[in-house]
Amino acid sequence: MTTVTDTAPIPSFGDEEETDRKLVIICSKGSLDMAYPGLVLANAALGEGVEVHLFFTFWGFDMITKKTMGHLKFSPIGNPATHMPNAVMGLPGMTSFATYMMKKQIEGLEIPEVPEFLELITDAGGHLWACRMSADMMHVTEEDLYDRVEGIINASDFIEIAEGAQTLFI
Amino acid sequence: MALATLADREVHVDEEGFMTEYDEWDEEVAKALAANIGIELTDAHWVPIRFLREDYKENGVTPTLRRVTNVGGIPTKELFAMFPKKPAKKMSYIAGVPKPAGCV
Repeated sequence: MTTVTDTAPIPSFGDEEETDRKLVIICSKGSLDMAYPGLVLANAALGEGVEVHLFFTFWGFDMITKKTMGHLKFSPIGNPATHMPNAVMGLPGMTSFATYMMKKQIEGLEIPEVPEFLELITDAGGHLWACRMSADMMHVTEEDLYDRVEGIINASDFIEIAEGAQTLFI
Repeated sequence: MALATLADREVHVDEEGFMTEYDEWDEEVAKALAANIGIELTDAHWVPIRFLREDYKENGVTPTLRRVTNVGGIPTKELFAMFPKKPAKKMSYIAGVPKPAGCV
């Protein structure tokens, strides 16, 4: 009997090439829908062996402030992609309703909520940084922030960290 | 898809080298696959590999890293330590199941 027999190909997991690929994501938004793109990409990059730093600035602070990180909201108002009239979306209770619906969908896809997502990202080796100027403006100290945030750093520190990195602003 | 020799038997693999037939896998094949990518399997490695096998059999999809942690009970940090850099892909390669399809 003749059978085609080969040595099995071995997938390349990039172990042999020592890359210094690095991804920096600036998270500047505090709404539920805008928190996820950065978290999903950070997590995916870590799973591919890429060094990842998340830098939280301005409204992005809500993602790492203990008091708010578990309660981000999605506001449908002024968002034409909801395909609903603003007059309806502006009614009382609509933000809570839209947030509830979005959270249910996210949960249905087995995607974690923001605090658990940050835990997953840091367990996978990702780094979290907070912006000095935002902290000063909002009178926030390290005490107020999620304990896995490595520090409150200024713009120059951030530029140093971002050296050679692919940078995303969200 | 090609037929290839692994651990002295013939198995079906795709063009990357991932096994395509769930039932052709056994522990000897797993050891050979692990050796291919420079991993020596310890008792700790077998825990997530067996979880991947069982979970795939039950649900028809490869569990994501988060699921291996939450449902399989193995901390993410340990997965990164045992299967450096690309744990999800390396585990599925060794376990003879497809790469995870989900984003998270």
